[in-house]
Parts: sequence; structure tokens; C-alpha cells
Amino acid sequence: MIEVENLRKSFGAVNAVDGVSFVARDGEITGLLGPNGAGKTTTLRMLYTLMKPDHGRVRVDGIDAVADPLAVRRRLGVLPDARGLYKRLSARENIAYFGRLHRLDEATLRSRSEALIDALDMREVAERRTEGFSQGERVKTAIARALVHDPKNLILDEPTNGLDVMSTRSLREFLFRLRGEGRCVLFSSHIMQEVVALCDRVVVIAHGRVVADAPPQTLRERTGAASLEDAFVEIIRQSESTAG
Amino acid sequence: MHDAITVFRKEVRENLRDRRTVINALVRGPFLFPVLFLIMFNLQVSAQFKNAGKPLPVPVVGAVNAPNLVAALSQMGMVTEPAPEDPDGAVQAQRDDVVLVIPAAYAAHWNRGQTAAVRLVYDSSRHESDQSAERLRNMLKSYAQVTASQRMIARGLSPSVALPLAPEDRDQATPQSRGALIFAFLPYFIVLTAFLGGMYLAIDTTAGERERQSLEPLLANPVPRSSVLLGKLSATTLFAMVSLALGVVGFAVVGRYMDIRRLNMAIDLGVHFFAITLLLMLPLVLLLTCLQTLVSAFAKSYREALTYLSLLMLIPVLPSLLLVVIPVKAQTWMYAVPLLGQQLGIMRLLRGEMPSAVDIAVCLLGSLLAAAVSFAIALRIYGSERLAVSA
Repeated sequence: MIEVENLRKSFGAVNAVDGVSFVARDGEITGLLGPNGAGKTTTLRMLYTLMKPDHGRVRVDGIDAVADPLAVRRRLGVLPDARGLYKRLSARENIAYFGRLHRLDEATLRSRSEALIDALDMREVAERRTEGFSQGERVKTAIARALVHDPKNLILDEPTNGLDVMSTRSLREFLFRLRGEGRCVLFSSHIMQEVVALCDRVVVIAHGRVVADAPPQTLRERTGAASLEDAFVEIIRQSESTAG
Repeated sequence: MHDAITVFRKEVRENLRDRRTVINALVRGPFLFPVLFLIMFNLQVSAQFKNAGKPLPVPVVGAVNAPNLVAALSQMGMVTEPAPEDPDGAVQAQRDDVVLVIPAAYAAHWNRGQTAAVRLVYDSSRHESDQSAERLRNMLKSYAQVTASQRMIARGLSPSVALPLAPEDRDQATPQSRGALIFAFLPYFIVLTAFLGGMYLAIDTTAGERERQSLEPLLANPVPRSSVLLGKLSATTLFAMVSLALGVVGFAVVGRYMDIRRLNMAIDLGVHFFAITLLLMLPLVLLLTCLQTLVSAFAKSYREALTYLSLLMLIPVLPSLLLVVIPVKAQTWMYAVPLLGQQLGIMRLLRGEMPSAVDIAVCLLGSLLAAAVSFAIALRIYGSERLAVSA
């Protein structure tokens, strides 16, 4: 479970995150939605302790991220927007590197890698050097190495970015599986289709603040919109008028 | 520590698979400088000895005024050539190296036992001209000496009357220490080999990772940044030290092909030199590695880091230049200064001497201290939030 309380973060004069609070629960897929520059990525970076909040609190499975960042990182599987692989290592070696940084013993590492390679349908490319991998193969490898330590909580920053339809569908199914296993899945996106298909709950962020936090169905009802996209646009419009 | 080792092993494995890094660190670096050095050295030696025994062609103006002188000079190796119209102009235009001008009054002065003048026209700023003029001058002096002795004896005097004081040279330079003069910039080459050996890794493991967007996911793992830094520094240091060791071996091999004995010199590039040089260089390599990583952490891209580090490469040349321009007597405190200490130590080892235990200790401590400080700074930079975020 990921609990976010009143997060604030500024870069110089820019208030990137200006009072963000929400909860991502176990056994649920929570979506973080918002226009470009809304503060999604900065918020996520504070969750996986790459950055420290100026104010507010982050708790993962009850552990404070500022007090014990390493413990928090042990409990998280992260797919950041920056998901570069090591070109001269094979997909398996990439996964193994992160597994060892999580202090997995070789036997556990091997079995978990095998399981993930199967689950993500990566059998064909597993032994190949990642140089020249397609977008889909790269994302799969990045997800595999983020999950090799079997984390309870998953953070994905725009996971379907640049993926083709087949890869997007298989990723979707994979995320449903993880949810079914009782994990907490939090992902950010601005692709409506994904959000509608996947999310149990949507947190809308604009100008560094949460402007809505409800299941997609509720958001549509609230705004009287036919689709989530319309609902989203309406919510943003409302937030901008109240912001003056 | 476990984490640092994991990072170290991955960096080493990954970079051994990079052909460019391997060629630079393990092949080009170590062999480039020794071969370059060999070529430079042999060129210099052959230039010095080129004219040693050969006849010296000299255009002579007024040869008819002193036939005995000209005959004597011919016996010593001079070859008389026709006189140019304008001796000064001929030398300036680089048509002739040296012109001997014998004035018409020569014979008159000579026969009266007075000092007879001859003029050497040459250009001291041109090496060939200067050398030829020196050879001619020596021939003239020799002839003058012989004549002077003859005249004194004819007047019933012993030639030693004109030579009340004869200083005797006792040069303390052994053949080995003379060799070190030519090798004064060998330490610079050695430092450069170590610098280049680790440079690509230093850039790749920091600026390169950031540019390829793999630094952020790496830091999402539960490893302290200090461990990541330590692992990367260790890998870079390893490559630098291996490159260095190969370079020193390269110099030792090349040393056999250098005709040092012709210059009456000898240098020690054996096992003893190898071992102590590596020992002295180790803390300096640590310092250089930290500095390279530090500078790379500031750069926004691989190319930018390469630019900064190329500038940084100029710094090791300073002590070498300094010692050539202002030769100083080596004192113990100087060994504490990184780069300078290694320069002095290596030069002593080349002469076949062993720096004192105190000097070695001071050198190691001084460089280790500087390395520790730069490590602390690098650690700070590695802890910054902006590190993983590409521009």
C-alpha cells in the first residue's frame, strides 16, 4: 500500500507538486492522470525516493520514505520514465544485475527470472544482448528487472508509452494478474484507453494538485460526461477556472 | 560493500565487451606512448650524431689570403666551397649554414705575429648552422692552439706559461643519471597512460549512464549511492592500473631498442622500476579516477564529459614543464604534492636510485589524502537529486 500525504516539492520558483494526497491500495490498480507538466513524474520520483519532498509524507507498507528510503525501495518495483537498459548485457543479465542489487541468492534469482521471462513472453530474446531490442522487448525487460525481487507494490510511469497494440494488451493482462495476486499497482498515464481498461481508481493531478480521486465510473457520473476523456477534460477545465 | 562489488563486477564485465574501451585502455594507450617515445628519441639521437664524422662544407671568402690556414682546416675535415657574393645574405636566406671570411689583412697580421682576425658568419637560431659553426670554431681553435705553442717554443718559452690555470672536470653524473635528462618527460607519459586508461570508463559509468537513461532505474534499487559510486570507481581504477602496468612494460620493452649507450647513458626500466612506479602511482590513479568521475557527473552528456576531461588532461603536464624550466632540488615536502611527487619519484627510479622510505611514504600519503578529499566531493555530487535526471 502506498500512502501519500500533502506532498509538496518546488524547483526554484516552480511549484511542481503543491499538496498531493492519495492512497493506492493493495489488490487495486490506481491510475495517476494529468496533463503534461502536472507533476505526475515528480510525485512518483518522491515515492521511489529519488527525490525528497519539501513537505508532506510518503509511506509504503507503513514505512516512511524519508526515514528509511532503502526499506521503501526494497518494497517497490519501479518502471520509471527513464528505462534504459545495458546494451552489452543480455536481457537475462540485465534482470540478474538488479536481482543481485536486491540481494537475491542465485537460485531464487534464476527461478524468478525464468518465471518472469515466461510470464512476459520473453523466451526468444532472453539470451540476446539488449542492443537492438524493439520498444516492446525493452519495456518487458525493464518490467522484468523491476519485478525480479517480487515486490508487493508496483510503480509504473507511462508503461505503455510507444508500445504496439499486441504488447499493450499483453501488458494489460499482466497487470491484471499482478492485481489478482493482491499487489498494489500505481501507474501514471495520459492515455485514456489504458486508464479506462485498467484502473479501479483514478487520481487526477493538475498544476501539482489532486483535483479528483475516484473510480472512473464515478468521475463520468460526476461530470455527466459520456467518456472518461470528456470527464477528464471537464475536470481540468473546472480546476483551471477555480485556480483563477 | 556487497553492493559495491555487484556494481564493480557488472561494470567490468560490460566494459570488457566494449571494443572501443578495450582497445583504448588495454591496447592503444600502453603501446602508443612507448612507440611515440622511441621514435622521438631515435630522431633526436640521430640528429645529434648525424654530422659527427662527416666532412664539413664551408664557403670561404678570401681563401687566397690564408692558404696555410685553409690547408690545415682541410686536413681537419673542412671542404672548401666557392665564396658567395653576400655572406650575410647567404646565411640569412638559409643557402649556407656557415661562411668563413678571411680578410685581406690576415697575412700581414699573421706574419707580424699579431692576432689575425677571421669572421664566422652563421645563424645560432638554426640548429644546423649552429652545429656547423661550432665544428668550424673548434677546428680554428685547434689550429690557433698549435700555432701558439709553436710560437712560444720558438721564443724560448714553455707553452704552459700561457696556461696558468687548467680546471679539470669531474662530472658526478653516472651513465644512468645522464639518461634521466632525456627521460624527464617519461613520468608525464606514464601519468597520461593511466589517465587515458580509465577515462572512457569514468565517462561511461556516470555521464554515459545518465545519457542512456539507465541511471534512474539503477538508483531505484535499495543500494546506497555511496556503494554505486564505489563500485564504479573501483572498475575505473582497475582499468587505469592495468593500462598503466602495460604501459610501463611497454616502455621497458622499447627501452631495449633505444641506443642509449651511444650517448653514454643507461636507464633502469626493470622489475624494480615497475614495482615501485606502480606503488607510487596507485594513490594518484585513485585521485585521477575520482576527479574524472566528479567531472563526468557534472556533464550533461557523454560528449560534454569527454570535452571536460580532455581539458583536465592538461593538468598533469604542469609539474613536468615546471621541472624542465625551473629545475629544483627535490625536497621531502615536494613528494607530498600529487603529480609532482610521482614525477620526482619516477625520475629517481629511472636513474637507478631508490627514493628514501620517507619520501615514498610522504608521496603515498599526500596523494591518498587528495584522493580522499576528491572522493568525498564525488560522493556529495552523487547524492544530489539532479544526478539521475537527464537534462
